[in-house]
Amino acid sequence: MKRYGLIVIGAGPSGLSAAIESAKRGVEVVVFDENARPGGQLFKQIHKFFGSKEHHAKIRGFHIGEELLKEAQEAGVQVVLNATVIGLYQDKEVVVRIGECVHHYKADAIIIATGASENMVTFDGWTKPGVIGAGAAQTMMNLHGIKPGERVLMLGSGNVGLVVSFQLMQSGCEVVALVDAAPKIGGYGVHAAKVARTGVPFYLSHTIVEAEGEEHVTGVTIAEVDERFRFIPGTEKHFDVDTICLAVGLSPMSQLLKMAGCDMEDNPKRGGQVPLCNERGETSLSGIFVAGDVSGIEEASSAMIEGRIAGISAACYLGYLSETERDAEQEKQEQALEGLRQGMFAPKNKGKTLTQTEEGIAISTNLLRHGYLTDEEVERYPGVTHRAGIHPIMECTQNIPCNPCQDACPKKCIKIGEKITSLPAVQEEATCIGCGLCVASCSGQAIFLVDETYKPGYASVTLPYEFLPLPKQGDKGIALNRKGEPCCAAEVVSVRTAAAFDHTSLLTIQVPADMAMKARFFRTEEAV
Amino acid sequence: MSGRIEEHPILGIPEKGKLVTFIYNGKPMQGCEGEPIAAALRAAGVMTHRYTQKRHEPRGIFCAIGRCTDCVMVVNGKPNVRTCMTMLEEGMQVQTQYGVSADPDWEAHK
Repeated sequence: MKRYGLIVIGAGPSGLSAAIESAKRGVEVVVFDENARPGGQLFKQIHKFFGSKEHHAKIRGFHIGEELLKEAQEAGVQVVLNATVIGLYQDKEVVVRIGECVHHYKADAIIIATGASENMVTFDGWTKPGVIGAGAAQTMMNLHGIKPGERVLMLGSGNVGLVVSFQLMQSGCEVVALVDAAPKIGGYGVHAAKVARTGVPFYLSHTIVEAEGEEHVTGVTIAEVDERFRFIPGTEKHFDVDTICLAVGLSPMSQLLKMAGCDMEDNPKRGGQVPLCNERGETSLSGIFVAGDVSGIEEASSAMIEGRIAGISAACYLGYLSETERDAEQEKQEQALEGLRQGMFAPKNKGKTLTQTEEGIAISTNLLRHGYLTDEEVERYPGVTHRAGIHPIMECTQNIPCNPCQDACPKKCIKIGEKITSLPAVQEEATCIGCGLCVASCSGQAIFLVDETYKPGYASVTLPYEFLPLPKQGDKGIALNRKGEPCCAAEVVSVRTAAAFDHTSLLTIQVPADMAMKARFFRTEEAV
Repeated sequence: MSGRIEEHPILGIPEKGKLVTFIYNGKPMQGCEGEPIAAALRAAGVMTHRYTQKRHEPRGIFCAIGRCTDCVMVVNGKPNVRTCMTMLEEGMQVQTQYGVSADPDWEAHK
């Protein structure tokens, strides 16, 4: 039986990070993963990540994945793919199925980083071909270049539902509606807003009654639900769709931990059955550590930090560094992790209804209910100011841990300050030069450059654009407002792309002056 | 029906294997070598992968990552092959699965 210093189960963001930290300190590490490619779900994440520099903010997920793989290779981490861990027994015996063979291994320490699996929800017809998980949609379009469907209804308004809806549109699919049984949108307001402004209607307090079709999905009926989630008769709405996408949460894949005999708890705030563990990733069993979603559902950025912490813990457990050294190194990681666990969407605020931002500004109820800010609401946030000439309008209205816009501006027009969750504020004394770096840096696509005095009678609006075909200078079309409704005629006056923008193009449109604070998306005449 | 993404605003032109012919229910069909069988079928507009044993209900892709086993088919004569995890090869025989075996004692869908 082959023996390793450390066996890591799962080559996703947390498992790879853990393996890197251990291997760097001299531990002989092997990582087993059941998939054909390493990286877990990172390679399906094509949006820019939130956070600060230390969290790889404004870098797209798949690029972070590439960096992680490179780092793992340099650290000498051995990754075995198509290797499913099917058992975890006493004395750290790991049973792995590779191909048609079952292998037994022993380790001195084990890190379990198996991640999470998607939840599903049942309704009439939910088993029909055409009902898919949001992860399936991401896998098909972002890994394999296949459109999951032509017309899609999304169920679930958490970040996964919102982000995948946007990605479906980037792949050329039509999203007919975004539906959630909850009374308010679960994910980031900025993710909702970038979907809403393209014209996708949000149906909160609604869920699916039935998926229709004989052989496969041909349509779907949704209806409103009351506060006890019972259908309200007469509120049914029908959509012709070929695909229904479910984004109804994730559950930790903690079966191996249970099998190993770790103390477990059922913790709804962490997403279900999770091992009891401390901040160093230590479980109740000596030498068995956890990291990432398996110990509580969060997201990839925190999973990577948790992985690094667990990797350092395991290296210390195996004697490759002292406890003092471990504590010093983990402190840095814990600070980074703490930074991500702040703000309105922090684990500690799960399930709470907040009415005010940290700055004491009323939260937009329309954003939570319909996915967009009203014209009146948008004016009350510190990122929205008015002046002659070009200037940024930051429609960032919820406290989330993210600050790339502050670093992006070469003229220091944008200030978030020490607290990473603070809303970005326009610095009145600084002068915007219209470079657009803030627009491209905003992972939430919530920054616009507006020139209310562009030309007599006209304003210009610069917006982030990540769709094909890319409009051209001189193209005429219509501007859509935050709700996604046509609001006026518009003409493209410039289209900017740059390596620094990382595939976010900056579209500048000319609109009637009174539309400067309304026009937020553009559609060419052919597309209308 | 669904199809292939020709060009993606973030990912560019998808990197795919060479076009190969495989046999779907006795008829030639084309897909890209090295992509999951399920992806090739979806791109060609095939939604139903199998029919369930008891109630003869259609099933297709659900999770696309090998977890749910809804997308299993008969591949090269072998039943219960997860088509989302099995990569397409030239000349592969892919058949709709009726029930849980390659040759079920069940005439309803033949």
